[in-house]
Amino acid sequence: MKENAILMHRILAKKRLSENVFRMEVEAPLIARGRAAGQFVIVMADAEFGERVPLTIADADAEKGSVTLVFQAVGATTMKLARLEPGDALAAVAGPLGRPTSIRGANGEPAGRVACVGGGIGVAPLHPIVQALKRAGNRVTVVMGARTRDLFVMEDEMRALADELILVTDDGSSGRKGLVTEPLKELCAAGGVDEVIAIGPPVMMKFCALATKPFGVKTTVSLNTIMIDGTGMCGGCRVTVGGETKFVCVDGPEFDGHAVDWDQMMQRLSTFKPLEALARDHACRIGLGGRPATGV
Amino acid sequence: MTAKEKMAIEPQRMPEQDPSARARNMREVALGYTPEQARREATRCLGCPAKPCMRGCPVSVDVPGFLAQAAAGDFKGALATIRKSSLLPAVCGRVCPQEKQCQKFCTLGKLFKDPEKAVAIGRVERFCADFAAAEPAAAAPSPRGKGSVAVVGSGPASITCAADCARAGLKVTMFEAFHKPGGVLVYGIPEFRLPKDVVRREIDGLEAMGVEIVTDFVVGRTLKIPDLLGRPYDAVFVGTGAGLPKFMGIEGENLVGVFSANEYLTRANLMKAYDETRADTPYWHGKRVAVLGGGNVAMDASRMALRLGAEKVWLVYRRGEAEMPARREEVHHAREEGVEFLMLRNAKRVLGDAQGRVAGLEVLAYELGAPDASGRRSPVPIPGSESVLDADTVVVAVGNGANPLVAATTPGLDVDAKGRVIVDPATRMTSMPGVFAGGDIVLGAATVILAMGEGRAAAKGIVDWVNRKHGEGGVE
Repeated sequence: MKENAILMHRILAKKRLSENVFRMEVEAPLIARGRAAGQFVIVMADAEFGERVPLTIADADAEKGSVTLVFQAVGATTMKLARLEPGDALAAVAGPLGRPTSIRGANGEPAGRVACVGGGIGVAPLHPIVQALKRAGNRVTVVMGARTRDLFVMEDEMRALADELILVTDDGSSGRKGLVTEPLKELCAAGGVDEVIAIGPPVMMKFCALATKPFGVKTTVSLNTIMIDGTGMCGGCRVTVGGETKFVCVDGPEFDGHAVDWDQMMQRLSTFKPLEALARDHACRIGLGGRPATGV
Repeated sequence: MTAKEKMAIEPQRMPEQDPSARARNMREVALGYTPEQARREATRCLGCPAKPCMRGCPVSVDVPGFLAQAAAGDFKGALATIRKSSLLPAVCGRVCPQEKQCQKFCTLGKLFKDPEKAVAIGRVERFCADFAAAEPAAAAPSPRGKGSVAVVGSGPASITCAADCARAGLKVTMFEAFHKPGGVLVYGIPEFRLPKDVVRREIDGLEAMGVEIVTDFVVGRTLKIPDLLGRPYDAVFVGTGAGLPKFMGIEGENLVGVFSANEYLTRANLMKAYDETRADTPYWHGKRVAVLGGGNVAMDASRMALRLGAEKVWLVYRRGEAEMPARREEVHHAREEGVEFLMLRNAKRVLGDAQGRVAGLEVLAYELGAPDASGRRSPVPIPGSESVLDADTVVVAVGNGANPLVAATTPGLDVDAKGRVIVDPATRMTSMPGVFAGGDIVLGAATVILAMGEGRAAAKGIVDWVNRKHGEGGVE
């Protein structure tokens, strides 16, 4: 196939954010121009035997024609990505996929106060959402959680954007010691929060939804499930939301956190788990090891 | 040679891999005729002046014409005859349901009162295509006139449309959402039934004609149809297919170990998950697999399950074998390979264990009642007939709906209640001027050859439209 200038996905910059979390700026002009907060891409490290993995878009520069991806090297593909360097190209970047976030203040509802919770690398997809919320005139409190301080990503960006930033770590090495659900409950209890957006590991999103439920605060979550095509063809990403089957790739990725069947979603995420454990074992031996940042 | 002499020629058997060996490898099951076999089989054609076989062909291939050439050993000439009507003979020779099309009307089959004894038209077609493929094609890019078309999707309808438009001198760009072109021919139909080299050859042929192929481009997301139309394309062809998997809507269908046939087959075919040493994409190691459905996709999924290491595969279909829409040969192959057919049975619910994984499939027995709207006798459940299969995997192959992505992102593109794009039957133009459609996105899930016919009809509409536009001094 011809190499098309608009479709070459060269890596412009790469930075290791923590032990196994990387930030990569990739050429993708059409995606950079067309994407909106909440959307994702599917990438491949190798076209012949590679896997298609969904990655969230952490940032984009329409003029430069690039998107920024933040990923954790935990599976075969993300570990291959981690070994690529600026100047190398990704085999595929398809998108932007999924429905954009419905941004309060830009969707008919008046702007208000939004609490955004990001766990681990969940902060990355939250970043464009917070940008859009601020542009639409909302007051935004960001709660960032990580196991330990070294695992925070995009802290400076969030500090610059948020009206209020609350850091939480499991070990107390930075900010409050504890779980993100604690400040979230306090914010809801204090009143005035119109909406919560929580993105992170599924178990964190589940407990954020449980935390906000008694207060009746609308809680949006962004699901990152198993998928192949990202266009509604395989159905691997299906989840039960409010008793109905939904496809994360085309109906989501954002859903009402109070309606998601979390236990089923987490079980489905574990479909190929034994195989991923093997890949991780391999990672340890090639020096990319380390426990994933849970952020809860 | 007299008709009597022709009738005395033994129908040529297709050489095949041994069932027990092939059920554990990915290589093509049907090995193809030898030149001598192809000639002998072609010689069986009686050359009926009325050409009844042509009536059965959705694209009206001159069957007696190409068979006469093949009988004379002129395989290249035979292929040229087929190509006048069909763009993908190597594909259609392998995947067309010939017993419902050309071969159904063959006089020989009728004389023998045995459709199995009709001339094996598809096998001769396949031979001619493969024979010619051994030599590199000398396809030169067609001269470019004015006008350009964006072809959305790269399956059979799009391939045909792209080729015809390129031949007519249009500049053609084909957009594919996946990382490889071919659509259902690469993600859906397995290697053992349609080798990917065969598809690759057809795609290479398109590129040799000057068609530009852009992969990883999701029309509706990367750019929308209105973005393509007019800048720079004069027309758009939508051939996005029937890619929305249907589920049964039964309890337990979202358990771990329940897959759509699309996912199950795409992992193995497009993503090559069966090659565990090289592929990054994992597959599910089901040992006891229940496949729901009775079409070609259900056959493909059940036979794939064997090749992925299943010890037991059930095919659960709610009607009888005679009602199964699958190609006869696939049914025959599946049975030979050891798939157990559970006819007049339908899934009632999927049972799960504490980890949310499939622990069994409850099925209900059916009997055939009065004919329904489709003319087939409708299955009626027998109360209290529940039984449980101790399956650890369930693959749902009960059909596909129209892919909704393009319609959902294209205001002004009219679709019917089933999400199929509505076209003008004369021109194949949609409700949007300059936007055409064809294949499964218009027909609903159909066959490769029907999709091809649609792509060809749309190409004609597109060429007329573009010519008129430029004739009237439209955009460059």
